[in-house]
Amino acid sequence: MTTTTSEHQDDNHSHEGHHEHHIPPGIKRWLYTTNHKDIGTLYLWFAFIMFLIGGAMAMVIRAELFQPGLQIVEPNFFNQMTTVHGLIMVFGAVMPAFTGLANWLVPMMIGAPDMALPRMNNWSFWILPFAFIILLSSLFMEGGGPAFGWTFYAPLSTTFSGDSTALFVFSVHIMGASSIMGAINVIVTIFNMRAPGMTWMKMPLFVWTWLITAFLLIAVMPVLAGAVTMILTDKFFGTSFFDAAGGGDPVMFQHIFWFFGHPEVYIMILPAFGIISQIVPTFSRKPLFGYASMVYATTSIALLSFIVWAHHMFTTGMPVAAEMFFMLATMLISVPTGVKVFNWVATMWRGSLSFEVPMLFALAFIVLFTIGGLSGLMLAIVPVDFQYHDTYFVVAHFHYVLVTGAIFSIMAAVYYWLPKWTGKMFDITLAKWHFWCSLVSVNVLFFPMHFVGLAGMPRRIPDYALQFADFNKWISIGGFAFGLSQLIFLALLIKACRKKGEPVTAQVWEGAEGLEWEIPSPAPYHTFETPPVIK
Amino acid sequence: MKRILSKIGLVLTGLLANPVFAETTAKASQYQLNMTKGVTDISADVYDLHMLMFKICVVIAVLVFGAMFWAMWFHRKSKGAKPAHFHESVKVEIAWTVIPFIILIFMAIPAAKTLIAMEDASEPDLTIIVTGSQWKWHYKYMDDGVEYYSKLATQQDQIYGKLEKGENYLLEVDRPLVIPINKKVRFLITSDDVIHAWWVPEFAVKQDANPGFINDAWATAKEPGIYRGQCAELCGKDHGFMPVVVIAKEQADYDQWIGEQKTILANAKAEEQRLLSMNMTMDEAMATGEKVYLANCAACHMPNGQGLPGVFPALKGSVIATQDQPKHIEILLNGVAGTAMQSYAKQLSMTDIAAVITYERNAWGNNTGDLVQAKDINSAMNGK
Repeated sequence: MTTTTSEHQDDNHSHEGHHEHHIPPGIKRWLYTTNHKDIGTLYLWFAFIMFLIGGAMAMVIRAELFQPGLQIVEPNFFNQMTTVHGLIMVFGAVMPAFTGLANWLVPMMIGAPDMALPRMNNWSFWILPFAFIILLSSLFMEGGGPAFGWTFYAPLSTTFSGDSTALFVFSVHIMGASSIMGAINVIVTIFNMRAPGMTWMKMPLFVWTWLITAFLLIAVMPVLAGAVTMILTDKFFGTSFFDAAGGGDPVMFQHIFWFFGHPEVYIMILPAFGIISQIVPTFSRKPLFGYASMVYATTSIALLSFIVWAHHMFTTGMPVAAEMFFMLATMLISVPTGVKVFNWVATMWRGSLSFEVPMLFALAFIVLFTIGGLSGLMLAIVPVDFQYHDTYFVVAHFHYVLVTGAIFSIMAAVYYWLPKWTGKMFDITLAKWHFWCSLVSVNVLFFPMHFVGLAGMPRRIPDYALQFADFNKWISIGGFAFGLSQLIFLALLIKACRKKGEPVTAQVWEGAEGLEWEIPSPAPYHTFETPPVIK
Repeated sequence: MKRILSKIGLVLTGLLANPVFAETTAKASQYQLNMTKGVTDISADVYDLHMLMFKICVVIAVLVFGAMFWAMWFHRKSKGAKPAHFHESVKVEIAWTVIPFIILIFMAIPAAKTLIAMEDASEPDLTIIVTGSQWKWHYKYMDDGVEYYSKLATQQDQIYGKLEKGENYLLEVDRPLVIPINKKVRFLITSDDVIHAWWVPEFAVKQDANPGFINDAWATAKEPGIYRGQCAELCGKDHGFMPVVVIAKEQADYDQWIGEQKTILANAKAEEQRLLSMNMTMDEAMATGEKVYLANCAACHMPNGQGLPGVFPALKGSVIATQDQPKHIEILLNGVAGTAMQSYAKQLSMTDIAAVITYERNAWGNNTGDLVQAKDINSAMNGK
């Protein structure tokens, strides 16, 4: 699809030598950097640290739920763990990881020298650590941190919450500002900085899916900001947005929250679709099947995501007509999502497949994400949702799409592009250990959750009835194993960053195609200062 | 009061021992895999719908993963597979857009039918108001005026592992809801504080209890039995300790039960009036007060009276519990607006309120020596 002339690559080499003298040493390099690759690295490490912190909280949750009774933590602290685990994983791990990948890859994929707004890029990253320091420090204040679930339903988060709510609101505002800036940067870069000849329908799918994600972010992050602000004024300044006694409505909070929350779900999965659409063709040695329909499917998923929010709220007492509408709209989403899965399988069909580590994660993604998608279709059916809602069935569903979906895709992406970033092949033995341990443990962790959910175990409870005990023990064992497996990943990444391993070629993977595979490995500090020409 | 309680206890034990219920309470398998079929027509429809959806999803999964694993096995580079070059096919792409759409319609029709049936709460035989509050349920029978609170009956010692856990650990309450079988019972569901959700899996009824709004749901139980559920919406610290227990009885048994409840209510009122003229001794008040405190107050203010700093205030050494007695009584009767402190005027008898206030003013080193009597509460209630 794309080619550069060797002339441009030579340009990159000469500029590289020239510029590297200007990189400030030590911490200043990272504090002041406006380089998309440095910022991408910062985002990715930040996301990984948050993933480990959020994971540690999940370990506390699973330790408490290992057996019935209260053994390790008190209910109030348990609620803080579920709440902050959710917030950290959504806003601290998955979203920054995708932004980090966008930073590294979007300019390299479209033949741009950097992101369009490099100083804002620096700013949007460096406010993030402060947001999470505020959120995490609230756990240590009197009364503890937020304990009302990551969905912070009013009035539990207003009248009935602790004073740390103010810190929670402030930190969510900062996260939102960071996301919006990141999204603006992606949009401006893609619109203005594509290399000559990089037409819309030639853009790699990762770029397409991120472009659409960025529009979703700009549309809904302000809605989240509005929701937390109303929580703040309801709690501290006497307003009654969500208080029936003052003319408000607690259910209105849920409508506002999920108007943000459902597109947010797709913000966390569309870039994953992009990643898988890059990896599967490479290791099938065959072009992606149905490129155009992939673009249209992504667009229609994004548009539909704005009209399905109330499927999170079927038990709140909506009129039948509304329940019917949201059920049908939600079911519709499975059509474009199905198209994507079928296209990936068709790409593999009659290809020449090999199973390097990125491909292993991508294949696990396709199977496990599809399981999560199918349970999502079951959840859309209102009458049965009355039984599924707020049980472990839902917990199983969204962990299948977020852990084995979003997070597996991020891991696939890291393994796929890591050799390009470091110039060295990662430790393949460790990587395979990481994959197989993760794959087995994640299913021991999340699959039995379907069963306890159907058997009637509500979510967000620190203790449970005896008939759920046996499965919960297995779930916890799976949880600990999955948590430990990620330490293999940590070891591998540290090794990779110390530039250990075999040097790799520019193309790295035999079947890889695209601009990023035509620049040398490791990617020079500055690339495409003269735009490549795409024929 | 004690007599009444023991009588209620007897009635409940009698019920549990009744052989009719023995078979329906048979313990669920430790590895229960699937949703319950329940005991109403709606819950059976819901179960069928769930199984239909499940089977369709399994078929789709087998086809998709089958094709994928076929490719993974037979189109491997290591087996010498040479890649084909096709990358689109309008026909195939239209087919796998249209076929799923048709499957969806096939799913939506029975779903819509069941939905319309389950949302029709009109013409009930019996209406019960269900009110959630942190962390208990209140039931009020619209036609008979019978009303009471229903709280977790599992002992703290079982939760903290000091006693062996009972068979219905966390799924048992002091006073279950009782309904007649084969009658359409409508539940009007609301809340006094945060959002709760009233859930009985065997009825396929799960409905949010929203403060300031009323939702409805209904069930016609086909078989007598004890049906257990839980609060399904995160409602604060003790969300996990807020079970729902419903006993469905034959009409005659139900009529007898509701008659007994009316008598119990009337007796309690008479007893309350009688106690108004009597004075408790300090020892009696402290003993009763401790029991009431542990059952109603300790969840937030903690058994040691120290509360949870930053969330629930301490009573030990607090100004109100050591000095301002009228304010103390007023808070118990009316709650504190804008906080989690609820009103206990409806929930406890005047004697119990007097006893618990006495307890709070003398326990944990508060040592005020104040002794509050039922008649003090009565006069506070009447604004004297």
